[in-house]
Order: sequence, then structure tokens, then C-alpha cells
Amino acid sequence: MNWFFKTTQQTSPYHQRKGNVFRRLHIDFTLLILLILLSSIGIIILMSAGHENMGLLNRQATRLAVAFFAMLVVAQVPPHALKMFAPWLFLLGTLLLLGVLFVGDMGKGAQRWLDLGFFRFQPSELLKLATPMMVAWYLAERRLPPSNKHIVLATVFIAIPTVLIAKQPDLGTAILIASSGLAVLFLAGISWKIIMGVIAAGAALAPVLWSFMKDYQKQRVLTFLSPEEDPLGSGYHIIQSKIAIGSGGLYGKGWTHGSQARLEFLPESSTDFIFAVFAEEFGLIGCIGLLTIYLLIFIRSIYMSIQAQDTFSRLLAGSLSLTFFIYLFVNVGMVTGILPVVGVPLPLVSYGGTSMVTLLIGFGILMSIHTHRKLLSS
Amino acid sequence: MKTRFDLKSSLQENRLFLLRATTLIVFVLILFFALIARLTYLQIETHEKYADLAQNNRVKLSVINPVRGLIFDTQGRVLAENNPSYSLELVPEQVQDMPETLKQLSALLPISDDEIKLFEKRRQQQKRFASVPLRNRLNDTEVAVFSANRHLFPGVDIQARPIRHYTFPELTSHVVGYVGAINEKELKTIDPVNYRGSRFIGKTGIERTYETELHGHVGYQQTENTAQGRSLKTLSYTPPLSGKDLTLHLDIDLQKVAHDALGDYTGSVVAIDTRTGAVRALVSKPGFDANLFAKGIDQTSYSQLQNSSKRPLFNRSLRGQYPPGSTLKPFLGLAGLDYKTIHPHQKIYCPGFYQLPKQSHKYRDWKKTGHGMTTLHDSIVQSCDVYYYVLAHELKIDRMHHFLHKFGFGQKTGIDILGEKSGLLPSREWKKRTRNQVWYPGETLIAGIGQGFNLTTPLQLAHATAILANKGSAFTPSLVANIDNKNQLPATTLPIKLNNPQHWDLIIDAMYDVVNGARGTARKISIGANYKIAGKTGTAQVFTIKQDEEYEEENVVEHLKDHALFIAFAPARNPQLAIAVIVENGGHGGSVAAPIARAIFDKYIQVTP
Repeated sequence: MNWFFKTTQQTSPYHQRKGNVFRRLHIDFTLLILLILLSSIGIIILMSAGHENMGLLNRQATRLAVAFFAMLVVAQVPPHALKMFAPWLFLLGTLLLLGVLFVGDMGKGAQRWLDLGFFRFQPSELLKLATPMMVAWYLAERRLPPSNKHIVLATVFIAIPTVLIAKQPDLGTAILIASSGLAVLFLAGISWKIIMGVIAAGAALAPVLWSFMKDYQKQRVLTFLSPEEDPLGSGYHIIQSKIAIGSGGLYGKGWTHGSQARLEFLPESSTDFIFAVFAEEFGLIGCIGLLTIYLLIFIRSIYMSIQAQDTFSRLLAGSLSLTFFIYLFVNVGMVTGILPVVGVPLPLVSYGGTSMVTLLIGFGILMSIHTHRKLLSS
Repeated sequence: MKTRFDLKSSLQENRLFLLRATTLIVFVLILFFALIARLTYLQIETHEKYADLAQNNRVKLSVINPVRGLIFDTQGRVLAENNPSYSLELVPEQVQDMPETLKQLSALLPISDDEIKLFEKRRQQQKRFASVPLRNRLNDTEVAVFSANRHLFPGVDIQARPIRHYTFPELTSHVVGYVGAINEKELKTIDPVNYRGSRFIGKTGIERTYETELHGHVGYQQTENTAQGRSLKTLSYTPPLSGKDLTLHLDIDLQKVAHDALGDYTGSVVAIDTRTGAVRALVSKPGFDANLFAKGIDQTSYSQLQNSSKRPLFNRSLRGQYPPGSTLKPFLGLAGLDYKTIHPHQKIYCPGFYQLPKQSHKYRDWKKTGHGMTTLHDSIVQSCDVYYYVLAHELKIDRMHHFLHKFGFGQKTGIDILGEKSGLLPSREWKKRTRNQVWYPGETLIAGIGQGFNLTTPLQLAHATAILANKGSAFTPSLVANIDNKNQLPATTLPIKLNNPQHWDLIIDAMYDVVNGARGTARKISIGANYKIAGKTGTAQVFTIKQDEEYEEENVVEHLKDHALFIAFAPARNPQLAIAVIVENGGHGGSVAAPIARAIFDKYIQVTP
């Protein structure tokens, strides 16, 4: 595992040389290889899930190229600059969110898009990064573990975008943003007493939350609890996706041979439910392989965050690493029927543009943090 | 930026972070193994069950569209029906040599390059085993030609899809309306389950108002399919619930008479059966070919319709707002009687103009020489303006408003199609509220001859005429007579009680003489009728003549000519039908609008003597 944990400071001459090239370009080689591997697998699944629709593949490939480019650009921005931008990005994102609430385009019954004339933009994507940046920026200035007062204020920063996005309504993204902010708080070291207390309070408040949910959100939860109740409506997704995964077995039916996706039983097979297509065609072995790549990306990222030198970088990097895995967990959890359907794509694999760009920009930030470190004179 | 160089606390923070990061790794590992465990359960433990289900998942659920309800006229003639429309469709996966197939098909059928281009575009967007249309609306010959050669084209087939067809596309374009492709806005308001397979939705008229009834409810069927997705047999079937059939009060014969009588004029005719409120004719001219919309209208035709100066898409009978002109006089005369501001036999001298006390402005009568000594009866028969200047001046605007309001002016009639306008019945309060201006006495005079702020729709005018014909008690105008053989009951309007009910007869007598009297403004239409009509002519100014100018008919450009109006009911003593006619830029009500009403009465009164 040494190659995996190698850092650019390692002393072997080989690593020194190679490390220097990538380090000068602010690229983390290991992470880059893992991300390229994952998106290549994504293209291969999409080929099957999209029924060899070349238009679909071209668009996805273009988006990936753009997203990787954005990642490399962001990696050039030093962490102290990111820290400086953090509150402004957060403010901008929040204002845009408010803008969406008032003038946003109604897309699919949900108000998420802001039409800027030349392109449509989802402010919630900006907040996926701006929220953990904001909380990290705020807490990095204080003595850690944070005092109760700072915890409360940080919670407010998390709550603002979460509530606004949940109102859109986009429950999936709201969950991801809340967890990215809470991850920062956790890494900053809030006491277990508070964590346990919040969990207990949350359980007690669940009925209140229920009353605030939109009908379709309630429907999703109810469907999740008993999908067989509504086989024609929203339960259909879960039933069909479980059939796809289960029928895949240990080895799978082989690439492009999954009958569920091919015969169109599986809805949204190239977007949110693409994991089911993969599981049907590549079986349990393929799934373990795919999940392991995600795990490796997470471990590499969290390792990079441990190596980070200042509090802001450390908190932000740790949060981004965790959010990436939560992303995966929520998607696979929903497709396999252990979580309700909340509309979160499979990171870097699902067809669709905006979330991919955001994710890779997140990795760009990680790379920047890792490659801008100064050598400490011990 | 303050940075604390507190080595001890910095070290503590490092250790704390390391601890927390490790906790996160453990947490993530737990999640990771939870997913693996779940996948193992699905793919190993219950694999057989799901493999079976996937096998049997050759069973496919598909939507069956309900058949849209038909629309009939009062005598059971079909106005809107569903015709099969045949389209030539290809399943790309089953076509071996696409370019060759397209070439051969083009040789066989008149397929244009545009159709092929559109087909290629659609093919890119769809699944390889989905059916993609190449040519829509095949005619019978094309269907026959292809059917004979079908064996040569594997993967090519003819699909039948019902398409709405209007039997009288132009006659009923405004009243029945039309269906069109569901747009994005409508998509948000409709029930997604019920409309899962629907492509069309009612856009205007009856089609829109009764969309829920006409659409019906979607059905489902489960079919067993081959591995290629072709269906083998039907396993279960939940039938769709067809849309309900509607029978209208509308009489297509009467509609046609009204339509033809209007000739090349733009305008509107509304005819209401006074005994039930049944709308027998509702014409707005020009109309348009409603079938264009049902088939899916192309951009050129649509913009042509939309940009036409005659505005064929505009439903004048419901949404056209016109000054009622002199047709308002019978109602105002009744108001004068009821408020006792005039006496039936009282005479007013008409010198051809009227002046408010202490004002120099002359309010002119249409007859320059004046009508001389005029009674209420004469004022209606000859349509004397000065009489109504005097009457209005004494009545004042608020009492006029109050009385006319009872006849439905300035408010929607409540007819059962959407989109009706409410017209405008001015009052002091209205002017204050909307324009923040005080009311001037001169405006009352202008309102007294149905000009100025007054606006009515043809439907309102017909409805008010029906109320007058029935001496105060009438019915809300309605178009739908029965839904799926269930009769819709007529709804009565609030009856109008006069202080002296004999006043009704005074007004009706005067309207009788408008048509049947020797000096009536519509006396020409009484010739040869074996029943009696009571009516009132009207002329509505399109533009204002300046104080010293003359309105000279020959010199006025067509679109600024006066509108011709006529309201009437017949038989005068035992009313059956009330009519309002508005002919845009038609000139005189008596010569242009009245004969149109006569033609309709001739048809209707003779049909049901």
C-alpha cells in the first residue's frame, strides 16, 4: 500500500522526480488515476444503459472533459485564496438561491434552475462547495474544539442553504449540503455529547419534519417503506431496480446483456438508477470492485486532508472526502432499497452535467490543498 | 489574519483532527460494508427470486389511452369525433439496412426529404427498439400500397392513432374549440398518471372547458413480451374509461345560417332559447379550420392565423367587447320608467341636439333635423338620442348602473365555456377605483346612448335580451345539454321585479314597432315573416367625431366604420329565441345586422312552431 500513501515529500529519487512534475502542475497523481478509472467505467456502463445512444455518450464525454479541466484549473488556486473567497462564495450562492426561489425556472415541478440567458445554472451546486468552505472558514479562525456559541453560528450557516434547497424542493441535494457542513463541525471536534444529543432530538422531531414535507416527498418515504403498495407509481422504480440488481447474481449477465435495462423495465436507467444497470450486468463481483474504487478515492482524499497543514484546508478537505462517499452511499442505498428515493446521482457515473463538474472541482480543491503544502523545517 | 502560534494547542488540534478523521474512516467502512452486505443479500441470497422475476419481466405494463368523448349538436349530429390516423413507423433494431430501406420506401410512397431528416433526428433521440414515425397521416391509397408490400420491409409497420376530427371545423371553431399537443405549462397542471399516454388536450371552447369529462381515464394492460420486446399475449387488462360524450344545445343548422348570413363581415351572432337559456348559435367570424390544430399545426399556418388583421382566433362572441350603442335604449327606458324619472306618455322635444345647462357643448342626435316631440315609444322605435340624453341626465349614472347590472351587463353571464369577458358597465365608483377620476355629467349622457365607457360582449347582449323577452326571469346561458345521457338542468337567474310589471309590455311594444311599425328602424325585416319579431337596432361608434365634424360614411375607411348591432326576440308575444348580432364596421344596425337575425328566426321559429 505504500504507493497509495506516497506523498510528494517521499525521498526515493524516483518518487522525487515524478512527484515534482505533478506537484508543479498541482495534480495528485493517485487521485487523478482513480478518478479517470471511475469515469471510464461510467462511460462503459452508460453505453449499455443508454442503449448505445451515441449522442448521449458524446454529451457525457464532453461534460467529463469540461469537468476534468475545471478540476485542474481549480487545483492551481492556492488554499489561502480559497479561504479568502469562502464567505463571498457562500453569500453569492445564498443570494442566487433566493433568486431561484423567486424567479427560477420551473423544471420538473421543482424550482432549481436559474436561467442566465446563455446557460442555465443550479445555485445549489455552488453551495455544495461553498457551504463546507464557509463553515471551515468560520471555525478555522477559532480555537478548536469550537465553543457552543460558534457551534450555533456554524449551524446557522449550514441551515440557510439546506432549508432553501429543501424548499425548492430538492431533498437529495439538501441532505448532501447539510452533511458536508456537519462533517466540518464533526472534524472540528464538537463533543460526542452534543452529537448524541442532536441525534436524539432529531429522532424526536421527525414527526414535525414530516408535516413540512411536500406530498411527493412523503410519497417517496411511504413508497420506500412499502414499495409494493404502489407498483404503478413511485414504487415501480424500487421494485424494478431490485429485480435488476438481484437477477445480476454473482457474475452478472454481461455487458449490454441486462434484460431489465434493455427492455426498459428500469426507469431512469442512465441517470439516478444507473447503478442497477451495472449490478445487473457485472454482478456482485463487479459491484464490490466498483465500490472499492469509491472507497479508495475516499481513503486517498481523507489521507490528503490529514496531511493538510492549516485548519481551514484540513476541515474542508475532510468534509469534501466524506461528502463524496455519502453521495455514493445515498445513491446506492436508494437503488438497492435501503434508503428512500431522493434523487441523488451516482457520482461521476450517472448521466448528467452539473453535479459532475461540482464533484471534480471539489477534487481540484483537494489537489490544491495537497500540492500547495510548504515543507516544514522540523 | 490572526494566526495563533500556540504550539501546544496546535498540536492538540492536530491530534483531535487525526482522531476525528480516523473515526470518519471507520464510519465510512461501516457504510461500505453495509452496502456490500445489502448487495450480497440481493445478488446471492435472494438471487433466484429476482432472477425469476427478471425472467417473468417479459411482462410489460403499458398504458391504454381512453377514447376522447364525442361532441354532438342538439339534434345528435357529430361535431367532434376521433378518426384513425395512420402513420408509417420503423423499429431501427429490426431494420437490417436502414439507408436501403428508406430508399425503397421513398420509391414506394411520397416521402419527402424533410420527413427523412426529421426521422433521422428522432431516431438519434430514441432507443433502438422503439418505434419511430417516418410519415404521418397516410391516406387510404398510401396505406393500401404499403400493406401490399409490407412483407418486403421487416421492422416497418403502419400504426393507427386516433386523431380528433371536427365535422364542421370552421363553423364550430370558436364554440367547440379544438385540441392541441400538450404544452409545458399544461404539463404542470395535469394529472401525470391519467395523461401518461395522452398527446392532446382541449385548448379552447367546449374542448377545454369540459376537458375532464371528455378525456376519460387511462387504462393499463400487461403483456408478455419476447426478449426483443415484441408483445406475445395480453395477461391482464384494466380497461380505460372512455371520455364522456357531450350533447350541446347548439343547433348546427342555425349555426350555419348565422355563419352564412354574416357573409364576409367580421362579427358575432349569439342566439339563446329564452325558455331554457340554451345557446342555439354562437358564431364568431371569421373562424378557422380547427382540424389544423387537431392534426398539429405548423408554424407558418399558425403565425398566419395569429397575424391576420381579421383576428380569426379571437372569439368575438365571448371576448369581443363592443359599445352597445342604441341597443341599450330599451333597458334604459325601462330604468326610467321604474325609477319614475319619465312617464310613459310624457313627450320630450328633440331639436337634433342636447345641451347640458350652462354648457355650450352640443350632444348630437343621429338625425340632424331632430325627432320633434318624442314619447318613450317613439324614442325606441326611431332611436331618438336626445330622449336618452334627457333620461340619463335625470337618472344619473349610479342608478343606471344599478338597474342595468340586473340584466347582466358588466358581468360574466356564467356560460359553460371558459374565457368569457365581463364587459364594462361604468359607475362613479368604477371610475374612481380604476382611474382615480371624478365622474363628469357629460359622461352620463354618452352612457345614456350606450357609448362612452359602456362595453358589452355579444353573449351578454343576447342574454340581456332574453331576460327582457321573458320579462325579468331567465336562465343562465348554457351550451352543454347532456353529459353521457345525463341532462344538465337549466339554472335560473335572479328574477327582476319591476315596481309596475306593465312597464315590460310598454318596452316590448316599442321593440315590436321597431320591426313592425311604419317608422321602425328595422321595419324591412318584417316583410314576409309569418311570426312577429321585436327588436332594437344599434350603431356603435368606432371612433369619435369631433364637435363640428360630420360622419360621412363614404369617407371613412373600412376599419373605422361604425359597428352595426341588432338585438331581437321572436315571436314577440310568446318568445322562443333571443338574438344579438354585431357586425363589425357594418354601418347601420337596421340594414346590415337585422336581416341576419331574421334569417336565424326564419330557420328556428319555423322548425319549432
